[in-house]
Amino acid sequence: MSDFKTMTEKWDLTYQHALGETAGRFFEAIANEKKLLGKKCPKCSRVLVPPRSYCDRCFEDTADWVEVGREGTVQTFTVVFQAFKGLPEPPYCIAYVLLDGADTAILNYIRNVDWTPDNVPQQIKAGDRVKVVFAENREGKITDFWFEKIG
Amino acid sequence: MREVAIVGIGQTKHSGHRDDTFQDLVRETTKLVLEDAETTIDKIDAVVFSMAPDALIGTVHAERWIADTMGAQGKPCMRVNTGGVSGLSAVQTAFYHIASGLFDTVLVIGADRVGEAGDAQTILNRIWDPIYERALPLNTITMLAMSAIRFMEKYGATEEHMALVSVKSHNNAMLNPRAHIRKPVTVEDVLKSRMIAYPIKLLDSCPKSSGGCALILAAKDKVKSFPNKPAWIRGIGHSSETYWMGDRVGRKLDSEHGDHADSIALTRAAWQAYKAAGITNPRKEIDVAELYAPFSNIELHAVQDVGLCDYGEAHRLLEKGYFDIGGEMPVNPSGGVLCANPIAATAMIRVAEAAQQVTGRAGEHQVEKAKRALATGIGGDHQFFGAVVVEAD
Repeated sequence: MSDFKTMTEKWDLTYQHALGETAGRFFEAIANEKKLLGKKCPKCSRVLVPPRSYCDRCFEDTADWVEVGREGTVQTFTVVFQAFKGLPEPPYCIAYVLLDGADTAILNYIRNVDWTPDNVPQQIKAGDRVKVVFAENREGKITDFWFEKIG
Repeated sequence: MREVAIVGIGQTKHSGHRDDTFQDLVRETTKLVLEDAETTIDKIDAVVFSMAPDALIGTVHAERWIADTMGAQGKPCMRVNTGGVSGLSAVQTAFYHIASGLFDTVLVIGADRVGEAGDAQTILNRIWDPIYERALPLNTITMLAMSAIRFMEKYGATEEHMALVSVKSHNNAMLNPRAHIRKPVTVEDVLKSRMIAYPIKLLDSCPKSSGGCALILAAKDKVKSFPNKPAWIRGIGHSSETYWMGDRVGRKLDSEHGDHADSIALTRAAWQAYKAAGITNPRKEIDVAELYAPFSNIELHAVQDVGLCDYGEAHRLLEKGYFDIGGEMPVNPSGGVLCANPIAATAMIRVAEAAQQVTGRAGEHQVEKAKRALATGIGGDHQFFGAVVVEAD
């Protein structure tokens, strides 16, 4: 019976998003070749990772595919300690990493570190080097890889 | 282009969950502004409504659900959505309606009930690109925590400085009867509060608020028919950054494209507003600022980006009380977004507070002799930025 003060409603939506040619190729290279690809702007030469079909600064279509390194430098990060509905169980770290050869940073988890609210600055800082680790079973999604600290 | 003034201000007391409906909330807000301007709905020519993600309210196109409660029936009505800056973009839209000469009197209103959907961050995560980023736990807190990391490294600010912003905001909110959170905190309280996304803690964060704000804007030749001292809109600015946060770090960050520690688009928006207002030295010519900052660290970059102090100076000046109500450049005398964040209304509240300041109607949190104020807003993934300069005689 209602409490006559509130009512509950749930949304349950499933989307079938088109990936487009560029993202499709990016995920295929990860799943089938364990390669990370960026796309280069013909005008400003930035290597965009993850790749886009256009460069938003130059308003030009991107053309060339470029393989980037499997190691990179942390640009910024955060470590989450709060649970949010539908988001993972904390603690976890996400970071923007500039892979060697890329001009833009890509976001993913930094895994295999024991995080506490007090040890964060000791465990990670901007400028740290990380390496890409691929999942055994890859599905063609951004979660097919993550980062781990080097050294 | 005609001159436009704010002639009516309405703002509810912001709070947590309310027992009334969204329609009731909008109706209350509309009544407040009509009362303030001593006018009736039939004197309004058009209505502009500010609403950010529909999912927070749980009704797709919520503006239609409440259109009748804001007097839009029979009138042209338009919704503005620029994320967190919607409230300010809506004021700019209303300004354009009148400045263009097409309308004389416009009601602009925004209202929200954050918390109705449970975890607002679950919804805000949906801002990010579904293909490359959404599966990763990005939300507005993690996004701005990453800005804090870069800001602290770039300028030498610390978590203690973030805490000082929170202390100032909470103290100011004690002087603002409409603020949601009215409870003073100490630096120690903030530093000991629960860590959400490093370095942002609970007391560095905005609350999930329900509330509404509305303004009535009028053309110059209509201003005399309203009782209040007008707050003239002297300048507006709007600019955006790249959607891709990974582009705001890394290499080839030039002066055009900016860094996630700061916001180059906020600087552009502010200077568009200053230029239109004839301001060349904001430190001398702005008396008070209501800067959009949903987390304490954001106020530090915002105050630098709008040119109210040098880069690298914000945290040092904060320590000296420079941004206090009694200081050289009061920032967020209302308590700011940290003490009330009904998202769709929040950026409009910055304009309302700025208008109250320059017309001497800010009550206990009045900044003495304020004549010219800056209001700003931020939306999306730190992507859309707006600024308004208001002035009274």
